[in-house]
Amino acid sequence: MPDTAGLVKLPEEMAAALATDDTAKQPFAPTIVAFFCTWCTYTAADMAGLSRMAYSPAIRVVRLMCSGRLDPQFVVAAFRHGADGVLIGGCHPGDCHYQEGNYKALRRVALLRSLLGQLGIEPQRLRLEWISASEGEKVQRVCNEMAEQLRELGPLRLGSQGLQAEQVQNGHQEYLSIDTHDPVEATTP
Amino acid sequence: MSADIVIDPITRLEGHGRIEIFLDPGGGVNRAYLQIPELRGFEKFAQGRRAEDMPQITSRICGVCPMAHHMAATKALDDLYKVEPPPAGHKIRELAYSTFLVEDHALHFFFLGGPDLLVGPDAPKARRNILGVVDAVGLEVGKEVIGVRRQLRALMTAVAGKSLHPVFGLPGGVARPLSKQDQEESAAAATRAVNFGLFALDAFRKIVLADKAFVDMIMSEAYTHRTYAMGMVDAANRVAFYDGNLRVVKPDGTEFLTFPAREYLDHVAEHVEPWSYMKFSFLKEVGWNGFTDGVESGIYSVAPLARLNVSDGMATPRAQEAYEELFSTLGGKPVHHTLAIHWARLVEMLYGAERMAELAADPEIMNPVVRTVPTAVPREGIGAVEAPRGTLVHHYRSDEAGLITFANLIVATQNNAARIALSVDKAARSLIHNGKADDGLLNRIEMAFRAYDPCMGCATHSLPGQMPLLVEIRDSDGALLGEVRRD
Amino acid sequence: MTKPKVAFYWCASCGGCEEAVVDLDEDLLAATSLVDVVFWPVALDFKREDVEALEDGELVASFINGAVRTSEQEEMVALLRRKSQAVVAFGSCAVLGGIPGLANLYDREAILSTVYREAPSLEVPATTFPMKQTRVDEGELSLPTLWSSVCTLDDVIDVDYYLPGCAPPPRLIWAALSALVEGRLPEKGAVLAPDVALCSECPLSATKPEKLSVSRFRRPHEFLADPELCLLAQGLVCLGPATRAGCEAVCIAGNMPCTGCMGPTTRVTDYGAKALSGIASLLAADDDADITARTAEIVDPVGTFYRYSLPASLLRQRVGETVGNGAIK
Repeated sequence: MPDTAGLVKLPEEMAAALATDDTAKQPFAPTIVAFFCTWCTYTAADMAGLSRMAYSPAIRVVRLMCSGRLDPQFVVAAFRHGADGVLIGGCHPGDCHYQEGNYKALRRVALLRSLLGQLGIEPQRLRLEWISASEGEKVQRVCNEMAEQLRELGPLRLGSQGLQAEQVQNGHQEYLSIDTHDPVEATTP
Repeated sequence: MSADIVIDPITRLEGHGRIEIFLDPGGGVNRAYLQIPELRGFEKFAQGRRAEDMPQITSRICGVCPMAHHMAATKALDDLYKVEPPPAGHKIRELAYSTFLVEDHALHFFFLGGPDLLVGPDAPKARRNILGVVDAVGLEVGKEVIGVRRQLRALMTAVAGKSLHPVFGLPGGVARPLSKQDQEESAAAATRAVNFGLFALDAFRKIVLADKAFVDMIMSEAYTHRTYAMGMVDAANRVAFYDGNLRVVKPDGTEFLTFPAREYLDHVAEHVEPWSYMKFSFLKEVGWNGFTDGVESGIYSVAPLARLNVSDGMATPRAQEAYEELFSTLGGKPVHHTLAIHWARLVEMLYGAERMAELAADPEIMNPVVRTVPTAVPREGIGAVEAPRGTLVHHYRSDEAGLITFANLIVATQNNAARIALSVDKAARSLIHNGKADDGLLNRIEMAFRAYDPCMGCATHSLPGQMPLLVEIRDSDGALLGEVRRD
Repeated sequence: MTKPKVAFYWCASCGGCEEAVVDLDEDLLAATSLVDVVFWPVALDFKREDVEALEDGELVASFINGAVRTSEQEEMVALLRRKSQAVVAFGSCAVLGGIPGLANLYDREAILSTVYREAPSLEVPATTFPMKQTRVDEGELSLPTLWSSVCTLDDVIDVDYYLPGCAPPPRLIWAALSALVEGRLPEKGAVLAPDVALCSECPLSATKPEKLSVSRFRRPHEFLADPELCLLAQGLVCLGPATRAGCEAVCIAGNMPCTGCMGPTTRVTDYGAKALSGIASLLAADDDADITARTAEIVDPVGTFYRYSLPASLLRQRVGETVGNGAIK
């Protein structure tokens, strides 16, 4: 693909969040990127923190102005860069600060979930929740639930997607197990 | 021990390939193998796709003959949905298809295989191409070749949406009706195409048939195989491209089989060799008896010469005259000289042009009702056409939502694959004698496949991918010595 | 003065990009008076050894089409890269992976099985398979290795320019060739096509509603579309708003929706995700039941949104554990 760096950059927090290497840990601890709308869910998460309502460290939060700002590219980028799950938190229907943003999020997530299913990504890995500013307890419950679910489900194995272009180039894709010095007999022509 | 002489890549055809030639101690040829190293996997990744997307997806099997796949797929959809297009729908399809037939055959004669005849098989490498043709026939003629092609492509774009990867095919008809301007343009293009077809045949007479060296080459044993032939025919057993039954004749020209395309699995099977990704079709009732010709071998040929051999004539008058001239010149039916395919191709090109004219003049083609919306639940469908390069069958099954669950394609050139292998091998054996082969001689070996106008991309639509799973090792009597398994 | 030398080559390709060059028509003759085409297997008899004999950098440009999925293709593009000053990824397969990229939805085990064990037309018993090395009576033959994943050209070599389209419109090909010969190609990495969405070129754009809202998506065979009205407004999934212009909207002129072959504009990284976003935004549906129903009408999201661009996408292929021999569990 032509280089579009700078145009759709990973939000810096997400890149930083995903940079930590958890792969050596036993047992598997999932990584969940959470996109929270600033007006409600993010506020609720803040509140949960202030009230000492601990929620799973699996969650790495990225703050958006609105759930309607969620570009599906963010979701696939998160999966590509190591997320095992993606959580989106927005305002309840009817409460969106920008009127319609959360409805757009709802539609996009529904279609995206269908597309991801065809790519082998289980529906539980993409979750959308309506969480108002006062629902800190809901933030805690949802995050913990999702972390537990994904722990059971296991890591998202991307195969060659997770590799850099050089690795793709350097023959990890050889499918052969036949020894080239030991050719097999052909059937009679 | 690897091959002594390698031609890599083969050129002036659609697709990838190389010819590996093994010499014997005396400097003659032990055997020549045509290997096709490419494959993409259409029959697999078609699964899960919307049935109505198949005409546009399968057209990407081949960018030289996309209209052929588009049409076979569209007809398979008619069958999948059990929907009959209205007459104008059929006629618009056939108009676009006939236009494509003319353009594609012209492309081959002037750009791909023809330069060997028009410029000369031993001409310098850098001249054996369209530029050499323009030099040989003159710039005015060269411009007419390009101009005719441009006009035909523009017409296909107008009628089918795009000429390169058409969009107009849908179950039950086509996407939109013909405009008055389209019809007028069709009539004008058809007139020009008929004249062009006559000119091409005349050029063939003057440049090829008048040259004894060429005639000797055409009639030589080096380029002759006596195989069965298959092609689509209409109710009067005349060559058909858009619709009809499939007919097979024996090497002696007598009828062997006639069957509707729907029954292809009863009559056609595919053989695999470990040294090529291309599968080799053969006649089930005769069986696969190795790379040989004759009545005991299930190997058959398709495409221009085979179609003429299989039929009782052409359905348009001037093409019929050209058909008769070909057979009377070459000693009657059937003709087994592979290089004569170039001539047969020009006969068909003239037919395509005349058919364009017939359809453009048919008032029914202007009817605005061009599609019937299907109502049946889709299940299974088989569609067949004659692609310029041979019989083409698309076979699909879908679920009730119209998503493809199964696809099997028998694609034009793979019907010729075994005979092409024979031709390349025989040409190599006949031409190489003291271990030497210069550029001109190697080109004469390539001419053995080029006459077929092969489309290797078509022939290798499938993707074997992984390791072979089981190979049987047999001695020269065919007794099984052992098996090698790779998982 | 010698003419600049160029080459054309094809990887996992259908040959349509070659046809597009031939579609330059008279301009093809003009082009050959401006450049010397020294390798073009579809039309010219130059062989691999002729490319190997060139000096490094002797080619001004190589136009390479097709996706990359075999070891032979990898070798050829690496060879052409060495011999070329500039490489142009030519056509949607080279730029984005193309329709052959849909093979990334399946693992090789399944593909092998379909073609060599399950095809109903195979001779019985079906026990022979193509192999990397075969010993025949006369010697040994080999076939190239197949990769487990279809790749774009820039996954494998450094690419200077991109010319998308399935196939690239001849107009854009001519513009690229002229720019090359006249030494006015843009900066490296540029896409040689307009950077606006297709709607700007579409003959039906005047009929596109200000606020587009689709109450039901329909498939092209389910009704007779009106050729004078925006196809998206009629409920067809037309990807014009998400797709780069340059093709003059010929598919829409044929009364069929855009399927996205020109790929994205520069403002998008993952074409399919962005196209999905645009289509989803149009749904006239706000409650769960409606949204479920609308979403179900888009029956093949990958085939719709990633038809040409799966290898170039952020996820590239169906996920699963890749084991040593390349099969995906």
